[in-house]
Amino acid sequence: MTNEQIAQDLLSQFGEEKIFGIVENYGLLNVTTTTETIVPLLHYLYQHPVFKFQFLTDLGGIHFPDAKGQELGVIYHLHSLENNVRLIVKLHVPIDAPDVPTLTGLYATANWMEREAFDFYGINFVGHPNLIRILNVEDMDYFPMRKEYPLEDATREDKIDALFGR
Amino acid sequence: MSEVALVANPNVGIAKPQESNKKYVNELTTLNLGPTHPATHGIFQNILTMDGETIVDSEQTVGYIHRAFEKIAERRPLYQITTLTDRMNYCSSPINNMGWHMTVEKLLGIEVPKRAQYIRVIMMELARIADHIVCNSILAVDTGALTGFLYVMQWREHIYEIYEEVCGARLTTNMGRFGGMERDLSKEAIRKINVLLDEFPKSLLEFEGLVKRNRIFMDRTTDVGAISAERALNYGFTGPNLRAAGVDYDVRAMNPYSSYEDFEFEVPVGTKGDTYDRFLVRGEEMWQSLNIIRQALNNLPEGSYHADAPHYYLPKKQDVYHNMEALIYHFKIVMGEIDAPVGEVYHSVEGANGELGFYLVSDGGRAPYRLKFRRPCFIYYQAFPEMIVGSTLSDAIVTMSSMNVIAGELDV
Repeated sequence: MTNEQIAQDLLSQFGEEKIFGIVENYGLLNVTTTTETIVPLLHYLYQHPVFKFQFLTDLGGIHFPDAKGQELGVIYHLHSLENNVRLIVKLHVPIDAPDVPTLTGLYATANWMEREAFDFYGINFVGHPNLIRILNVEDMDYFPMRKEYPLEDATREDKIDALFGR
Repeated sequence: MSEVALVANPNVGIAKPQESNKKYVNELTTLNLGPTHPATHGIFQNILTMDGETIVDSEQTVGYIHRAFEKIAERRPLYQITTLTDRMNYCSSPINNMGWHMTVEKLLGIEVPKRAQYIRVIMMELARIADHIVCNSILAVDTGALTGFLYVMQWREHIYEIYEEVCGARLTTNMGRFGGMERDLSKEAIRKINVLLDEFPKSLLEFEGLVKRNRIFMDRTTDVGAISAERALNYGFTGPNLRAAGVDYDVRAMNPYSSYEDFEFEVPVGTKGDTYDRFLVRGEEMWQSLNIIRQALNNLPEGSYHADAPHYYLPKKQDVYHNMEALIYHFKIVMGEIDAPVGEVYHSVEGANGELGFYLVSDGGRAPYRLKFRRPCFIYYQAFPEMIVGSTLSDAIVTMSSMNVIAGELDV
């Protein structure tokens, strides 16, 4: 079972419309999909007789402010313990309507991971049983990991970006 | 006591259990376990709904020591992030440090010499022992046996002395560099490791003799807080907690890093996934770690203790004073002026609590574009309510203790 086989299988099952951005990063297969496909795709991978991607290692958000229409991203790390193969599935959503279907029906562990992604990036996991902030305080009214919130005070003048990086 | 139907409890601000036809013996009460409770060994709150002494429902609140490491990391040069990883699982910082170094080395394509890899293995296994000592002996304390804790705790102190010898710090170690170690193993460090290898097994045997087959301890822990292998996998368990449920997933064995493939060791598994199995798995892992350290120390390869990676590995201070290139590299590294290549890399190591993963997205700047820590504690702690509902309060305490939830790793 190689990365190429997995990519070919997914392409033949879902088509190039729904599975794209296939790259290999340091031996780890990355595929990108759409919000409509993510739940069928992960169910398919879970129930696949050979692949058996039945372990959700991690789930996290990411923010690309310059990618108009797909600013926010969700990254799913899957692991097939039986074959010892990992797979990363990504999807992108617009920041105005960051709705992603929840995975809690498939993985119990997705519960807190999705809450964390909501807490940091404001990704709205539709159907999540308890989508509230987890690490930050409840009355916070912004999503701190988005790139528009710089870590340091932007008005400081004693630190020059040209000398000290971003 | 007469059976009363579930009544609305004026004390409770949380949702009631769903089954409306369920009968409870007593009026339900709410109990706050935490945020600062001495038996939880960290700051996390559990709002328990109790029927007498039986737990009916539990709601967790986490985030009390959230320090926004992932956000801070987006502004720091790569080498300054090592100090953040120290503070995740502070019982076994070297594993976090090495895991981070290996992630960056993967991104940069640095080949680490064998000697450095072996020294890393020794330090990581020492850290694992230190972590398991704390978890197991504190579990004994929580069941009422203080003495055994004192037998083994002196060895954690000894391990901290070895850290001091290797990197100069004890708790927040910041050990190693990208490309290897900051210095070779000194004679004193090797002597101290040998003392540990000779003397610690005696203490560990004494501890196990006190606790392992102790009638009271077994009664308190057997069948307490059990979780099946299927549920554990669904909840994303890794590490000793998953292995106690009978799944032999160990990153060291499945995806060997830092030359773990060179060593003979066994992956102990339990059967029931209860508190006693978790205790036994951690106990056996300490013996396996001692075994790995012994093999690594006996077969320690000759050669350099760091890679030849001048852009990332700090030059010797003496060279900085006398050598132009070394001065330039020193300045550029310390000021964080060296850009990392563009790339996305995931690397995981077997932390003391499970798979500790680092997902690093670099856009070619000096700091990560996005860094995601996969913290085993955060992921398996959400199974806690499922594990304790139906048991008593004292069982909840030992279950939490045996899961080894570390607040620093939970909240980053």
